[in-house]
Amino acid sequence: MFQSIVSYGLAVGAVYALIGITYNVMFSASRVFSFTAGMLGMLGGVLGALFINKLGMNAVLGFVLVLACGAVLGLVTEILTVRPVLKSIEQHLYVLSTLAFALMVQQVTAIEWGTEAQPFPPLVPVGEGWLDQKFWLPLLACAVTIGGLELLYRKTLIGRAFLAIAEDSYAARALGLPETRLRMASFALAGVIGTLAGFTGAQMLLAFFGNQSILNFYGFVPVALGGMGSNRGAVIGGLALGLFQQAANFLVGGIFAAVAVFAVFIVVLLLRPEGLAGAATARRV
Amino acid sequence: MTEATAPIRARAAGAGWLAKLEGRISWILLGLAGLLLPLLDDSYIGVIAQRAYIYWVLSAGLNLVVGYAGQIAIGWVSMLTLGAYTTAALAAGNVGTPWPPYLALLASGVIGAVFGVIVGLPALRLRTFYFAMTTLGFATIVTQVALAWKDVTGGGVGTPGPTFPWPFDPGWGFYYFCFVLAALATWMTANIGASRYGRALVAIRDAEVAAEACGISKPALLMMVFLLAGALGGIAGGLFASLQSYITPDAFTFEMSVLFFIGILIGGRGSILGPALGTLILTVLPEFAAPLVQWSTFLYAALLLLIVLVIPGGIADLLDYKNRRPVPQPELLGRVLGTQGGNTLITLSGIELHFGGVRAIDGLDLEIRAGEVHGLIGPNGSGKTTTLNVISGYYRPQAGALRIDGADLAFEQPHVRAQWRIARTFQTPRLVGAASVLENVMIGGTVHGHGTFAESMLSLPRHRLDERVLEEAAMLALSSVGLESLAKVRADRLQHSELRFVEIARALMLRPACLMLDEPAAGLSAEEIRRLGGLIKAISRGGTAVLLVEHHADLIFDICDRVTVLNLGKVLAAGTPAEIRSHREVVSAYLGA
Repeated sequence: MFQSIVSYGLAVGAVYALIGITYNVMFSASRVFSFTAGMLGMLGGVLGALFINKLGMNAVLGFVLVLACGAVLGLVTEILTVRPVLKSIEQHLYVLSTLAFALMVQQVTAIEWGTEAQPFPPLVPVGEGWLDQKFWLPLLACAVTIGGLELLYRKTLIGRAFLAIAEDSYAARALGLPETRLRMASFALAGVIGTLAGFTGAQMLLAFFGNQSILNFYGFVPVALGGMGSNRGAVIGGLALGLFQQAANFLVGGIFAAVAVFAVFIVVLLLRPEGLAGAATARRV
Repeated sequence: MTEATAPIRARAAGAGWLAKLEGRISWILLGLAGLLLPLLDDSYIGVIAQRAYIYWVLSAGLNLVVGYAGQIAIGWVSMLTLGAYTTAALAAGNVGTPWPPYLALLASGVIGAVFGVIVGLPALRLRTFYFAMTTLGFATIVTQVALAWKDVTGGGVGTPGPTFPWPFDPGWGFYYFCFVLAALATWMTANIGASRYGRALVAIRDAEVAAEACGISKPALLMMVFLLAGALGGIAGGLFASLQSYITPDAFTFEMSVLFFIGILIGGRGSILGPALGTLILTVLPEFAAPLVQWSTFLYAALLLLIVLVIPGGIADLLDYKNRRPVPQPELLGRVLGTQGGNTLITLSGIELHFGGVRAIDGLDLEIRAGEVHGLIGPNGSGKTTTLNVISGYYRPQAGALRIDGADLAFEQPHVRAQWRIARTFQTPRLVGAASVLENVMIGGTVHGHGTFAESMLSLPRHRLDERVLEEAAMLALSSVGLESLAKVRADRLQHSELRFVEIARALMLRPACLMLDEPAAGLSAEEIRRLGGLIKAISRGGTAVLLVEHHADLIFDICDRVTVLNLGKVLAAGTPAEIRSHREVVSAYLGA
């Protein structure tokens, strides 16, 4: 039992962490929390199963295509739902525009793909227990993503430009950085990360349209715990959430797990709104 | 009522009377249609109507949260779920002995109220997105619990809904039950919407910082609204369970939330009739478009996106076509401010405020006396506005004390300033764009009301008296700044200079002992500055202590009794205008030769 709690918990946690990073990448570029994060995770699984299972594509080709779809959806999100409402970010209209877009995609999925959860094909036919692909693949994806982002942000010029935009978009624009193009790039990158999360986690979570709202919420909890924009916080928060959830599931039952996660979420928001590792916010007047 | 304001009020009342009748007629027609619907004797139509009433019971409460307070409660379907399962489980005896259905319905209202507040907790402190996420998360979790808690909810199999006994037994009896509850919900929320609480909610939505300066406590107010919206949602859930006669977690999709939400947005924020019609139409529409039912949620979502991108204020925004002609008017300040003992004294001693390493205020002493205009000048970044913000209670200085008439004023509690009758305006006017000028000014008098939330909800006499008194005072204040002819105009249609005067009128509603003006002359023409100067002087002669932050040196030297010059958070010089004008350092550092 211990083994299944840890293996399953870490794997689910890695998916949550990746969705959290998806939120963060979009947030850093635009100060927008986009409800499309869960949608990308859901589509990673559904599109993967569609390409590989239904259309019989090669696994590698299917994988690349899924990520490409993610990037395109990220761009569409930016152009359609984020850019038009950025002017009036104080009104938080992005909450509604991104949610509406995510719901539209979810509905199309529900109608065209069906509302039943469908299996996802095994890609690496080796291993049992710990070595089962569904356990280590999300963790691997998470590690690669973190490593890649770290390299991108620290070592490349475009990565530094991302950081500059995240830190102060006015100053960045004054320096001549192409803010709009960088924001589009960020949303495309977020699309890739989100579908990667869904793709690698799909053997466990199945190809199911309902994963959208679950991932939207459980992917945001690590961000709230770890602080907005902090990828390290999202990973630690995500893994901790996955482990806690699985442990509670096995030991006390699902009701308690769900209620406890929600209670912790609210309490943390009330006591440390900037996240467990974040810094306080600035003036309002 | 006085002779000066009488014609203005009569004119305003003439226009308002028609608008009121328009509103009333719609309600009367709706009510009649509802009452007479059973004559059709078509049970299919009856069921659709019942569903519309039930949705509206929930949406009426949600409308206060979304349309008025501007909180994005996207997962309010959770209250429906919660209420449905509470009523069903209690009535069916899944928990202990079976409860009478009416009592079970009441219980679901209570449970809804409790969870409405719990879900709303993050909204009291945090930015809107967190609240949206909390409601979404709660909706997810309620469904998960409904699936897992098999003893009580029946899990995925479901549980039978309650059947209400006579007089509201299934059929037309239950129809009238839903109808009456929907009417009741409409009446109560409309009362709140038109009360000082309703205006305060809109102020929180569009001008939160200014709302606090007017003495509106966001947490206390939102808490009550969440309580009401939760209770209505829970009761709607209980009715829904009975209508469905058998409930499973599948019955409560997240998409229903979207329906509630769009119904409100289509109708327009800050309206009751609009959202009611919106909810009605959205409930009924799919029944007439059978081939589209599968795509209805998609279409709702697309509609939501369209509304947000094209008309974020809802259709109500498109309907504001009122005209205006600004007419300057002399002061009526004596009556606005009332007769008050003008001897307030505000003292700041040794105030120090750092932002990280920046010393915004560095040991400031200041005295503001009743009946005097005290000018605060200095270069940009010298701490003028920061000083105002300390007095207003937005900041907590690291050292120093702030006293009013010898009593200590707590920091970081902007909304208690109004009780001390400390009012202010802002460097950039902060007004509720979607509300009328009159309503904006009435917000300033929120703390003078006496009726409770419940009294407003039931439209009891004290509430109506509050409204009358506030409106008269607001008209008077508007007349005194010369804007009475714009009373009914939406604030976002005003010119910049007019907004500055509206803010002053709003501040006057407190009958301030101390009035702080943050660069009131910025952006005004020479003629307007002259009028402003006269107004400020008249206010201070009425016994109010005025603190004036300004860059226009001429205005300062013209009307101030004393002037303090700040530089780098410290007092560079203080004294009468004449002394300051000849102060060598000030002249070289700031005024120029």
